[in-house]
Amino acid sequence: MSAPKREPTKLVPVPSTNKIPERDIGRSPVLECRHLGIDFGGLTAVKDFDMAIGRTEIAGLIGPNGAGKTTVFNLLTKVYQPTRGTILLDGVDTHNMNTAQVNMAGIARTFQNIRLFDNLSVEDNVKLGLHNYIDYGMWSGIFRLPSYWKAEKAAHNQAMELLSIFHMEDMANAKAGSLPYGAQRRLEILRALATGPKLLLLDEPAAGMNPSETAELMENIVKIRDQFQIAVLLIEHDMSLVMGICEGICVLDFGQIIAKGTPEEIQNDPAVIKAYLGGRKE
Amino acid sequence: MKKLRLNKTSRTNFLTYGMVVVLFVVLQIMSGGGMLSSTMKGQLVPICAYVVMALSLNLTVGVLGELSLGHAGFMSVGAFAGAVTAAALQNAIPSGGLRLAVAMIIGALFAAVAGVLIGIPVLRLRGDYLAIVTLAFGEIIKSIINNLYIGMDAGGLHASLINNTIVLEEGGRMILSGPMGIPGITKISTFTAGFILIMLSLVIIFNLVNSRAGRAIMALRDNRIAAESVGINVTQYKMMAFVTSAALAGAAGTLFAMGQNTIIASKFDFNQSILILVFVVLGGQGRMWGSIIAAAALTILPELLRGFADYRMLVYAIVLILVMLATNNPTLSGFFSRLFGRFRKPQKGDAAR
Amino acid sequence: MTFLNHLISGISLGSVYAIIALGYTMVYGIAKMLNFAHGDVIMVGAYICFFAVASYGLNPIIGILLAMLVCTVLGMLIERLAYKPLRQAPSLAVLITAIGMSYFLQNSAQLLWSANNKMFPSFLNFGGTTGISLFDGQLTIAWTTLVTIAACVIIMIGLTLFTGKTKMGKAMRAVSEDKGAAQLMGINVNTTISVTFAIGSALAAIAGVLLCSSYPILVPTTGSMPGIKAFTAAVFGGIGSIPGALLGGVLLGVIEIFAKAYISTQLSDAIVFAVLIIVLLFKPTGLLGKQIREKV
Repeated sequence: MSAPKREPTKLVPVPSTNKIPERDIGRSPVLECRHLGIDFGGLTAVKDFDMAIGRTEIAGLIGPNGAGKTTVFNLLTKVYQPTRGTILLDGVDTHNMNTAQVNMAGIARTFQNIRLFDNLSVEDNVKLGLHNYIDYGMWSGIFRLPSYWKAEKAAHNQAMELLSIFHMEDMANAKAGSLPYGAQRRLEILRALATGPKLLLLDEPAAGMNPSETAELMENIVKIRDQFQIAVLLIEHDMSLVMGICEGICVLDFGQIIAKGTPEEIQNDPAVIKAYLGGRKE
Repeated sequence: MKKLRLNKTSRTNFLTYGMVVVLFVVLQIMSGGGMLSSTMKGQLVPICAYVVMALSLNLTVGVLGELSLGHAGFMSVGAFAGAVTAAALQNAIPSGGLRLAVAMIIGALFAAVAGVLIGIPVLRLRGDYLAIVTLAFGEIIKSIINNLYIGMDAGGLHASLINNTIVLEEGGRMILSGPMGIPGITKISTFTAGFILIMLSLVIIFNLVNSRAGRAIMALRDNRIAAESVGINVTQYKMMAFVTSAALAGAAGTLFAMGQNTIIASKFDFNQSILILVFVVLGGQGRMWGSIIAAAALTILPELLRGFADYRMLVYAIVLILVMLATNNPTLSGFFSRLFGRFRKPQKGDAAR
Repeated sequence: MTFLNHLISGISLGSVYAIIALGYTMVYGIAKMLNFAHGDVIMVGAYICFFAVASYGLNPIIGILLAMLVCTVLGMLIERLAYKPLRQAPSLAVLITAIGMSYFLQNSAQLLWSANNKMFPSFLNFGGTTGISLFDGQLTIAWTTLVTIAACVIIMIGLTLFTGKTKMGKAMRAVSEDKGAAQLMGINVNTTISVTFAIGSALAAIAGVLLCSSYPILVPTTGSMPGIKAFTAAVFGGIGSIPGALLGGVLLGVIEIFAKAYISTQLSDAIVFAVLIIVLLFKPTGLLGKQIREKV
């Protein structure tokens, strides 16, 4: 019998060389991915995705259409189970968690094609974000015990407070599905925020917004980060937004990272200009 | 103290309670004054049972948003568990009302257990696959009860499956005899008991829907992936809705059984499940008052159509098709809305309104 | 030998289920609806053939052709009148309409032909025998059984060729993939759906005749239980898949006959449905069904 043939083992650096903002260096990164990847059938959709995000960083994930950006979000939130690699959320490996558990562990997200609870009121949508902070059981609800009234009142106040961030208090009783597009996007952010995340994932938050709305959104993202002291990772095609507020940017093309760095580094990276901008100037 | 603020949901809920109370009082007076035919009187308990069946299925179909084609299975479990309980307690609890209450609780518990057992596999599936599995479970329950034998003697209850191998002591008697069902039931269900069960079901459903759990259930219906993304445990809340629905159906089954002389398992078949589903769809998914009216009207309808004799089921089928076409086809529903003025198409979103 | 006997009758029953399941699966694939009236089209087919042969003394072949013709027209008519207006409606509304149609067919049959049992004639006897005898008479296979299995095989091959090679077949596959895109490619979606119903209903007529040749008692509800079982078979094999319908149908028939023979006659239906549930637990979209990944 001969010894089985095997490929030579490739050694990879641990801890990684991923970068985070200097001010967050005192604490471990809120998220760190190593060699994250997924195959759909035989097709590799994302490969070797390595990234770290600091505690209060606003990070950007950009790349041409179909590069796999939303797939990365789906991997982070376990909508898809990764084929390879690890996700460390606040130092905890999430490989055993499902979407709901990942949320409870600290990742909240919005969706590219808005996913609100259309038939419920705006207030109920936010209250659903608060779901795991509302503390009474099914029977207290059915028999309307004191704990029901107390918890619901607290949830109402909290929901209103969150709605006030985007000045949406007077829409509280409207059906979420009947809101105008921009308000729906804002509500989705508030619902995610209500879950008390450490990391907020925003999938194209400025899609369909005009420049003045986008400018307001940029201010609000920074405001949310400052107020709640959380990290934000956003996918966005609007370069004014990405270059304006993101501190670390990651560029994805054909499922692989082709560049990482500050906005200045990204803007001058020849690989990015070639792959992402395709030689065009915007 | 803050002023009592009624939003649209609470208003509709209170109107629904009011409607049930008024209907109950009116029918009681009519019944007392001899204004109801004996056939109509005989229909009062089944109507209440079917109303509760429709309400409970509406929790699964309208609020949770999953199609169930086997709801009669839970009714069957409740009917037989409740009827066996009532028969076993005949001497222990002389009061009919109390015995009925105990039987209903047992019926509801058994149906809830069936709900959990069925829910574990069923709720992992989606859409039409979920529907076909509920259908399969309904048929399985029917087959099992059809082959179940239960007898009672001084030593307690004895049961056997497929073949009647029960040997009873002196003075013992068979309660459930397979395909022959349970004969000679002492009718202890009353219209008042039915009314109480309806009110109780409404309280449970409305309060559940307007609570933390109900919001989570409706969130799953509206957008499962988004619900998961805000940390809602899909299985837990699907199960909660499904089992609550099963338990209410079980209680309704007991109510129904205790108003009949005889019950047999094959009565609670696929067609029965469909009948209840029709109540829910015609009444509007998520609209509880709609379910009440549809269940009551369609339970009386075949009686009213007695004049048509042979044609009544045919008429029923045609009415069903026409109503579906009229409410769901854009051209036709436009025509009918002009005909009847303000006509609103029932929408899935009108959850428990 | 009894084992072999049970296996053959299982495959024969399964072949009938498979032919019915094809109707469910094709319609589901294209119109995305559960056509609960399909089982009752089987019953209509059986009645037409019964009257053609028993009352008018026509040749059985003509009886079958007549049944197919009537069922085809009936299927297309049902689609045109009841389902087409609901193409944009919620699936639950379509389901209830289909169920209404099922009640309509059953009750019409009852009014037209009464609820009394009709004994379906056995016309499959060649050379005066009802079957072939093998192993010194230890194993008897009825002609009906052989014809049923043969019919199922021929239909499967025919359908596979039809959907794979012909223009209409390709159009059907295109519509089942993406109705909107098919329409943009110039495919007439309404015609395609209509043709699907026509084929499904013609197959239902054949299935009705075959079913009643083996189980000769004909009543207005003859179609409902085999209909539900065939629907189960379609789901079992993976609804929307033609080979899945064959596999699901045959497996279901074999399981049913074996359950009857070796476990319990009374509980055979429960066993069939239990097997379905177990399969769906491990293969949530059936044996040959496509895994669908939700787009997020």
